Amino acid sequence: MLALSRVNKTFNAGTVNEQHALRDLSLLLEDGDFVVVVGGNGSGKSTLLNTIAGVYTPDSGQVVLDGRDVTWIAEHARARSIGRVFQDPMRGTATDMTIEENLALALRRGTRRTLAAGTKRSERATFREALARLDLGLEDRLTTKVGLLSGGQRQALTLLMATLVKPQILLLDEHTAALDPKTAKKVLDLSAALIEEDYLTTLMVTHNMSDAIRFGNRLVMMQEGRIVFEASGTVKSALTVGELVDKFISVGSEVLV
Amino acid sequence: MWAIVTMGIYLSYRVLDVADLSVEGSIVTGAAVAAVLLVDGANPYLALAAATLAGAVAGLVTGILHTKLKIPALLAGILTMIALYSVNIRIMGGTSNVSLLRTDTLLTPLLDAGMSKNNAAILAGGVAVIAVIAVICWFLQTEFGCALRATGNNPFMSKAQGINIDTARIAGLALSNALVGLAGGLLVQYQGFADVQMGVGAIVIGLASLIIGEVIFGRSSLLRSMIAVALGAIVYRVIIAMVLEAGMAATDLKLFTAVTVAVALYLPTGRKQLAQLRRRIVAKRANAAGEGDA
Ligand SMILES: Nc1ncnc2c1ncn2[C@@H]1O[C@H](COP(=O)(O)OP(=O)(O)OP(=O)(O)O)[C@@H](O)[C@H]1O
Ligand SMILES: [Mg+2]
Repeated sequence: MLALSRVNKTFNAGTVNEQHALRDLSLLLEDGDFVVVVGGNGSGKSTLLNTIAGVYTPDSGQVVLDGRDVTWIAEHARARSIGRVFQDPMRGTATDMTIEENLALALRRGTRRTLAAGTKRSERATFREALARLDLGLEDRLTTKVGLLSGGQRQALTLLMATLVKPQILLLDEHTAALDPKTAKKVLDLSAALIEEDYLTTLMVTHNMSDAIRFGNRLVMMQEGRIVFEASGTVKSALTVGELVDKFISVGSEVLV
Repeated sequence: MWAIVTMGIYLSYRVLDVADLSVEGSIVTGAAVAAVLLVDGANPYLALAAATLAGAVAGLVTGILHTKLKIPALLAGILTMIALYSVNIRIMGGTSNVSLLRTDTLLTPLLDAGMSKNNAAILAGGVAVIAVIAVICWFLQTEFGCALRATGNNPFMSKAQGINIDTARIAGLALSNALVGLAGGLLVQYQGFADVQMGVGAIVIGLASLIIGEVIFGRSSLLRSMIAVALGAIVYRVIIAMVLEAGMAATDLKLFTAVTVAVALYLPTGRKQLAQLRRRIVAKRANAAGEGDA
């Protein structure tokens, strides 16, 4: 369960570049919720996810994860409970390290890094099995450097790394935006499958309205740091792209379909 | 000895992706600590251990300046280097050099056994280099070592995977300077003196060796790059010996090294630029040919 209460975040406070990115934002995610976040450029979606992840500390308000107040906890210290996939495929993996080493790093997320072996032979079977789920043939390339993979393969790997240790919340920030349509679809379907199988509580940002309707049990629309529209359950599944676009226009946001 | 300095620089520059200038100071610190202890009649191995530790402390300082005080790495290294200049003179009792006259060093037993000084140094240095390669190779494959590599490779990802990148950077810089301190401790036992100036240019010499090693011997795996880097230091020495033989003034060496490093660092970019230029010329010709046909 994730609870944000009255979170505010202002960048460059007191300068001409002042940006009030989150305004008194409250949001509650129950276990197993899959919330899709939409909203125009600069509406604060990434800031929201980054505040949950601990990249930014809110100016006021609270972030509570499974009953623990994490508002002041450093990014790396709360990483155990949070899985993340970024928009940029370069961000999620260590490119000079092998697939196996990257997965081993992820397997140890949130544990103390000791002088024990960085990758154990016994872990390889687990890695192979997990990679096989991606259906990209990566299970036979454990010792390939990640730098040699394509963007889509990397995003899929990052997704696996984010969920290898089951996170209390999974944060996906436009994680298919940099991929070609076919690969994007594949990675998105894969995300949905993983989320369903492992019953992951998820926040996913997307600019694709039909994806926003198709995936998740809840939808929130952001505008100027606030949540301006919410739909869930049957109301959400009954939405059409046209209605969603109208909603966008009615809140004064530019349309991106 | 320089091979070990180069490996220290490999740790900071390649593994951590931090250009750390404090090595210019920490090599002297290692040498000074070892020299003072040896003059006091300490065991040569103990002197080496102390030199290593002193180097680690220097690295720790740079690491803390960089991560906790958020000073850019380059500047943090320079600050430590400058501070160490004073510290090193203090260690040496207020003088700028200490000589080892008739004190026992690592090499004494080898010399007593009838080895020439050069051979003894090669043997001791060789053993040290192999030991360091083995230890670093092992370390970089431990959980902590992997965390360190990930930090240098992709700090965003590292944080997302729960790695405390500040700790990793501090530890990495301490380890890197520990190696450099160790090299200083070995160097002093071989050359018989410690001098406050002996570190000048160490970073550039180290970088030159590193790049030469990587270019000639490749960097396909960890072990391979470590060995390449160590061999690079030797190749660099040979090159220097050759240009001196060819009549270059010893005082021009630093200029020569700097130019070598600049050229080597430019090589990857240069290759790309060259490829682009070629494509442009080819495209232009094709265009011209096309117009000629029409
Ligand atoms: N690190 C930062 N420093 C200063 N301003 C920032 C920073 N991050 C975000 N902002 C500002 O905060 C506002 C919200 O940005 P945010 O990145 O959260 O938007 P977004 O909804 O993710 O947009 P997009 O759809 O373009 O990704 C913007 O006005 C942006 O300029
Ligand atoms: Mg964004």
